[in-house]
Parts: sequence; C-alpha cells; structure tokens
Amino acid sequence: MSGEAHTTRDEPLRARRGSHLFGRMRPGGAWIALLSTLVVFGVIGFLVVNAPGFARVQQAFFDPEQFARAIPRLAESLWVNVQMFVVAEACILVFALLLAVMRSLPGPVFFPFRLMAISYIELFRAVPGIIVIYLLAFGVPGLRIPGLVNEAFFWGVVALVLVWSAYVAEVYRAGIEAVHSSQEAAARSLGLSRVQALRHVVLPQAVRRVVPPLLNDFIGLQKDTALVSFVGVVEIFRRSQILGGAAFNFTPYVVCALFFLLLTIPMARLVDYFAVRDRRRQLAGLGAR
Amino acid sequence: MNGDGPALEVAGLYKSFGRLEVLRGIDLTVAEHEVVALIGASGSGKSTLLRCINLLEEIDSGRIVIEGVEITARGVDVDRVRRRIGIVFQSFNLFPHMSVMGNVTLAPRKVLRLGRAEAEERAMALLERFGLADKRDEYPDRLSGGQQQRAAIVRAMAMQPDILLLDEITAALDPELVAEVLDVIRELATEGMTLVLATHEMGFARDVADRICFLDDGVILEQGPPSQVLVAPTEARTQQFLKRIIDAGRL
Repeated sequence: MSGEAHTTRDEPLRARRGSHLFGRMRPGGAWIALLSTLVVFGVIGFLVVNAPGFARVQQAFFDPEQFARAIPRLAESLWVNVQMFVVAEACILVFALLLAVMRSLPGPVFFPFRLMAISYIELFRAVPGIIVIYLLAFGVPGLRIPGLVNEAFFWGVVALVLVWSAYVAEVYRAGIEAVHSSQEAAARSLGLSRVQALRHVVLPQAVRRVVPPLLNDFIGLQKDTALVSFVGVVEIFRRSQILGGAAFNFTPYVVCALFFLLLTIPMARLVDYFAVRDRRRQLAGLGAR
Repeated sequence: MNGDGPALEVAGLYKSFGRLEVLRGIDLTVAEHEVVALIGASGSGKSTLLRCINLLEEIDSGRIVIEGVEITARGVDVDRVRRRIGIVFQSFNLFPHMSVMGNVTLAPRKVLRLGRAEAEERAMALLERFGLADKRDEYPDRLSGGQQQRAAIVRAMAMQPDILLLDEITAALDPELVAEVLDVIRELATEGMTLVLATHEMGFARDVADRICFLDDGVILEQGPPSQVLVAPTEARTQQFLKRIIDAGRL
C-alpha cells in the first residue's frame, strides 16, 4: 500500500520546483528559453557596452591584464580564508551546541547556566564582529602574557568563533525546541536519563532540522573572514588591496568578490539540497498519519 | 516479582494543572496478571492517571507503589522505576530518526547496557511475534498507523516491564487498523501481562479486561468486572456515560 501512497506524496513537491531556475518545462520550452535569454542578455549587454564611460569602467574594474595577474595570487591567499573558516566552523559546531544545550537545561538548579548562555548569546549577537576581532587580535597580544599565542590569525579565528557561535546557538536552540516534548517523554518512559534522551532522541532530530539555517550562517561566516584582514592577516581581501593599490586598479577586488561567490555557490546549493530533502521527509511524515 | 502483593497500588492520588483539578483522590489496586481498563469521558483523568503512574507527571499528593516499592517517595531513581513500567501513547511517539530496530533496541542498549547483538536478538523475537519482522529496517514514517503502534508496543515490551500502561492506543488509528493493535493487546493479556489501559473501545474493554474502572471528574466512581460495570452500572453517571456510548453504537 505504501508504494502507491508515496508517489502521490511527491506530487506537490514537483509542483513546487517551479520556483527553481529550470522550473517545469514542456518539450520545446528549452529552445524558447534559450532564444529569450539570448535576446534579453544581448540587449542588456549592448546597452552596457555602448554606455558612455564604459571604457573607463572596464579599465578600472575589468582590466584583463590585472585579471590574469590577480587570479593566481588571490587563489593562493584564498587558502588562508579557507583555513580560517574551516577551523572556525568545526569549533562553532561544537561550541554553539554546548551553548544551546546550556540554554535549554530545565529547572532552578541550572538557572546560572541558562543565565550564562543567554548573556553570552545576547552580548555576541549585539557587538559588531569587527570590534571583537580588534579587541582580541590587537588587545590580547598587547598584554604580553608569556605563553599566550600572538598570532593575528589565531585571534581572528577565535573572534569569529565567539561571534558566530552566538548565532548558531540560537539556530540549534530553535531545532531543540522544535522537537516535540512527547519525544522526550517517550524516551524517558523507557528509562533513558535526561542526558541520554537529549543525546539519542532530541539532539539528532534537532540537528537534522537546522542544517539549512546552519549552513546559511556558515555562508555569513565565510564572508566575515575578510574582516580579519583588518588586523594584519594577509588573506584574500588584504591581498586584493595590495595588488589593487599597486596598480591603481579595482580589478583585483572584483576577482576577490568572484572568489567569494565561488565559495558560496556550493554552500548555497547544499542548503537547497537539504531544504528539499527536509520537505520531502516532512511530507512523508504527514502522509503516514 | 514478589508474587503476593499487588503489582500496582495507587492511594489518595491528587494532581492538578494550575487551578484545574484533574485527579481528586484516586485509589486503585491492580493485582499481578490483572487487566484493568479505565473508561470515562474525555477529560475525566484517564491519561493523566497513566502519566502519573509512569512519573511523567509529578503528583501533588498520594502515593504510588509498584511491586511493594513506593515510587513516589523522595529520592527514588525515576529512571530505574520507569524501566519496570512500560507505556504506549496514543500518538505512538516513535523516534522518527531511527529504524524500527533502532527504536526497539535503544533503551535495552543504553539503559540495560545490552550488547547490540543481544538487544537485536531480543527485539527480533518480539518483532516476529507481533508480525513486524519484515519492517525491522523501515523508518516509522514508512509504516501504517497500526504498524507504528505495534512497533511502539514492541519498543515498550523490549524493556520487559512488570506492568504495561496503554494510553488510548487506538484513538489515533483509522478504524480498519484498530483490530490489529487490539489483537496484540489481547495476546499480551492472555499471556498474563499486567495491563492498565485507558480506552474508548468498550467492546474491547469488555472482552479483555478483568476489571473496569469508570473515571468521572477525577475520581474512580465505579469499578468491577465488565459484566457488572458495563451491563448493570449502579451509579447514575456511569449509566449516563454508557447510554451515550451505546447510542453512538460503540458497545
């Protein structure tokens, strides 16, 4: 019985794909789309290229020579950003979960922990990331405490972790609260302790639900790695400034922007993928009732 | 366990939610191997009573004794108590992120610390008994309501509880799926499982229960064998309730 039920369940899903770029096309539709696209973009292109001052725009922002120079150099520096956000993301996943769990602890005994978690989240969501980066990367090494790391890279990453963990903790918390209390009741009724119920029943469901918003926050984090340039880390944005400044040309910045776009696209597609998967799962869940 | 004493004893149980008094002095004794059906209108306190027995709700006063141990006493390890009392909910409450096998073996593995192989072996025996062996790797949302509820019963039984509480377990099912779940309960009853069930299925209660308790407004107004409570009730409220049930064609 279930096989048939599932094909019908997927129907509304397919209909909704209409909001995607390639919607639902009839045979021959692809040719019309292609022709229409060529005409529209052709006209836009023609207007732009023939606009007064286009030559100067092209020279300042899209200089082919600068382009060719910038790409390998910026690609090299991009690696610094990638290192920053990969390390930061790994730390955030753990730290933010800790914060969210702390915030969700029930009862009067855990009041101080809830208070700590809430204060932390409020504080670091309110303060601009750049200030935290300045405070840590300039401030802490300035203390000259022996044994403490002095690298701007290190403190930059720490600052990103502190700031973005506050956002991600809220995302996790939403996920935890979205798991119906009957799930915990079922787990506890089987004799699982509160911690076991959280670990094996609530958190796995919560994390699954929050993957799309979580990846969304990671896109924001990836862009914020450019802020660490302000404390002296030569990453892709700083490198663009160096190249652009030397040549009196903005093309390196454009290349820099394109690199960030390149980083974001796979992440955004991943978000879409999880969103669709999630919707399918929810539909299946509803259908069974 | 100790054979002689009652499996469950509830005495003077009070429970209110805010200003709403849901249970107002419940006294109930259930012998081992006995099947007790709680009937009564919605809001009469059946579900709350079951949730209190499983310590899912904190009680205001009174006491609950299971196999001679007062579980409502201070300092009782509630997790330990709950291992011995299984409960099955109206809305199944299976864990959607786990297969049937995962659902059934979670508590035996994490609470009883059984190895995976042993837990799965036990689970498989139960799944086979309740006709779910071929569903072991399915996720709950791929099962019918009846299958989900049977899986939930297996999950509770996998902890080998001394007593099983059933909270209107057929109320969320399509009518044609009710029978398969009731058959499972009937089998458990014939095997001597101690059962306390809240139900609207009067016909089933009559067939399977040793004793029927009619709850009204937070107290057990009338109790006795089905032949008495369902056929010749003495209390006016019970008569009224049964008349409505019979008029609705549900007995």
